[in-house]
Amino acid sequence: MLPTKGGEAHSGTVMLNGLPAVFFYLFAFVAIASAFMVIAARNPVHSVLFLILTFFNAAGLFLLTGAEFLAMILLVVYVGAVAVLFLFVVMMLDVDFAELKSGALQYAPIGALVGIILVGELIVVLGGYAFSPRLAATTGQPTPPLAERANTAALGDVLYTHYLFAFQLAGMVLLVAMIGAIVLTLRHKANVRRQDINQQVARVPETAIEIRKVRTGEGV
Amino acid sequence: MLPDLRSSIALASPELFLAIAAMVLLMIGVSVGRKATLLVTSLAIVALAVAAVWVAGFSHDGAAFGGMFVMDSFARFAKVLALAGSAATLLMGYNFIRAARFDTIEFPVLIVLCTLGMMVMISAGDMLALYMGLELQSLAIYVLAASNRDSLRSTEAGLKYFVLGALSSGMLLYGISLVYGYTGNTSFAAIAQALAADQRQLGLVFGLVFVLAGLAFKISAVPFHMWTPDVYEGAPTPVTAFMAAAPKMAAIALTVRVTMDAFEPIAADWRQIVIFISIASMALGSFAAIGQRNIKRLMAYSSIGHMGFVLVGLAANSQEGVRGVALYMLIYLVMTLGTFAFIMSMRRTTGHVENTDELSGLASTNPVMATVMTLLMFSLAGIPPLAGFWAKWYVFLAAINAQLYTLAVIGVLTSVVGAYYYLRVIKIMWFDEPVGGFLPMSGELRAVLGFSGAFILLYIVFGGPIGRVASAAAASFF
Repeated sequence: MLPTKGGEAHSGTVMLNGLPAVFFYLFAFVAIASAFMVIAARNPVHSVLFLILTFFNAAGLFLLTGAEFLAMILLVVYVGAVAVLFLFVVMMLDVDFAELKSGALQYAPIGALVGIILVGELIVVLGGYAFSPRLAATTGQPTPPLAERANTAALGDVLYTHYLFAFQLAGMVLLVAMIGAIVLTLRHKANVRRQDINQQVARVPETAIEIRKVRTGEGV
Repeated sequence: MLPDLRSSIALASPELFLAIAAMVLLMIGVSVGRKATLLVTSLAIVALAVAAVWVAGFSHDGAAFGGMFVMDSFARFAKVLALAGSAATLLMGYNFIRAARFDTIEFPVLIVLCTLGMMVMISAGDMLALYMGLELQSLAIYVLAASNRDSLRSTEAGLKYFVLGALSSGMLLYGISLVYGYTGNTSFAAIAQALAADQRQLGLVFGLVFVLAGLAFKISAVPFHMWTPDVYEGAPTPVTAFMAAAPKMAAIALTVRVTMDAFEPIAADWRQIVIFISIASMALGSFAAIGQRNIKRLMAYSSIGHMGFVLVGLAANSQEGVRGVALYMLIYLVMTLGTFAFIMSMRRTTGHVENTDELSGLASTNPVMATVMTLLMFSLAGIPPLAGFWAKWYVFLAAINAQLYTLAVIGVLTSVVGAYYYLRVIKIMWFDEPVGGFLPMSGELRAVLGFSGAFILLYIVFGGPIGRVASAAAASFF
């Protein structure tokens, strides 16, 4: 869903200016800063909140490139579901994150080394790659120009029209995963009380309520 | 290029039927409960049979969903085999899973869903369809392998297969992504077109290697066979029978389709890989099985070896070779199901036994069972005039006609080595001291074993018509 401004994107010389540039640098800076805070914050709840801030800024970056659908999905799925789930886990499982992180600094040199190597490799790869000259002719699902097809519609084309078959099959795979999880883990234990709605509905005051005479000052 | 939905649905109707049948069966099972296992199993067998008849008699050739789904005579041949193999395993397995107390209603449903995955694999015309089909099939098998969850070995088998299977899926996907990166497409036809137009690129060959590695894992060919003996031994016997038969056949059909359709222009590259895998599998299948005493492990190595022989036919890269592969898969399927019907009948009052020494003197305690098993072992070893000999004959002849003399000679030599352990089973049955017979075979096992024995014995008589069907199937690639 990257914008291709008259083919300039291929040569890597797209320059942002004006208002988009301001917003790009704003979102990018806040995203990186809050991502750093995710690992630096002492309080795990703060970490998750910073993570949510990172997601919001990433969504802003998506909006700038014209991928409004991905931006919304990022918010709905990651902020709405995943991050909130993290928040629950962090708050409910009383994990001592400070202790977990206490050794982190001693691994920092190795971490930094790995990071530097990765960055170096990325520079080599991104600096040296080129698209095949015939790619435009052979691409199965070329990204339509933004002006012709909004990207929500373009994604819909891909998912529900061209790849309908694969999409439905993915549904079957998920069904198998669900059946599998139930087959392998569900056990009906004898001493576990299960909710029986029929039984609940069939309750009547005669069987459910017991009237006792309580003497004053003696309790039940 | 919007695919015409109505004709696509018509073309894929057996698959749709099977998918809907699986969901209906699930609903029946969930609403009735565990009592319904027999009903669901019977209905599943009926659904598989209906789908097989539908595929064999009422389907026409063509491509659907924008080329993702391809129906041709090869697909028809392989699908009927897959459906028949799955139905036979369901038939054989019911009493076993009932006796072992894991007769859940999900068992037949998962087998039907797995068969759906196989049919998608067989008809795949696109890397995405390939992957989705493969994953649907594998995921169901992971669960089935672990389905006897009170058994530590079954759980271990499921977990082991799952972890290694996930690794192989990763390799496959990496290969697909490389191929996509270099050709810009996932459709087999478009990949072949791009390969024919461009010069061969190194990155693309890497992609090919990873794709073949992922597929070799699914057919348990050396060097991606490590999971096979453990998983075959640990999984419940009906599941082992299932894994060894239909899904393997589907994975072979998929390999044939990928190599013949998508990578046809770089045949020289994939042939090298297939020849290497083939030789390694034949050699390991022959030598490593010699020391095995557990009959399920023995069958695991036997199946590794047989996959090597099948790939000999693929390496020939000719119509004759594909015909050999198709016939080999048919005969392998029948022999495997028969052998596992026998293994499931190795039952005493104390329970199931799996050691080959338990077969000692079976010829005097149960001569009929021993005779049919002897036929099966001779056939697996490739002794004429049984079906197993003809299977090997077709693939070796195709290799010779394709000037792959070394491959054919190695194949024959390993086949001789492999005969040792099949003959050893026969020797134990006929010449060792009897240790007591097995319980009487149940009717359905007797039927499968009897059919298998009759098939391999009489193949020489009715091999002609089957051969013509296989020739027609192979012709769809050339």
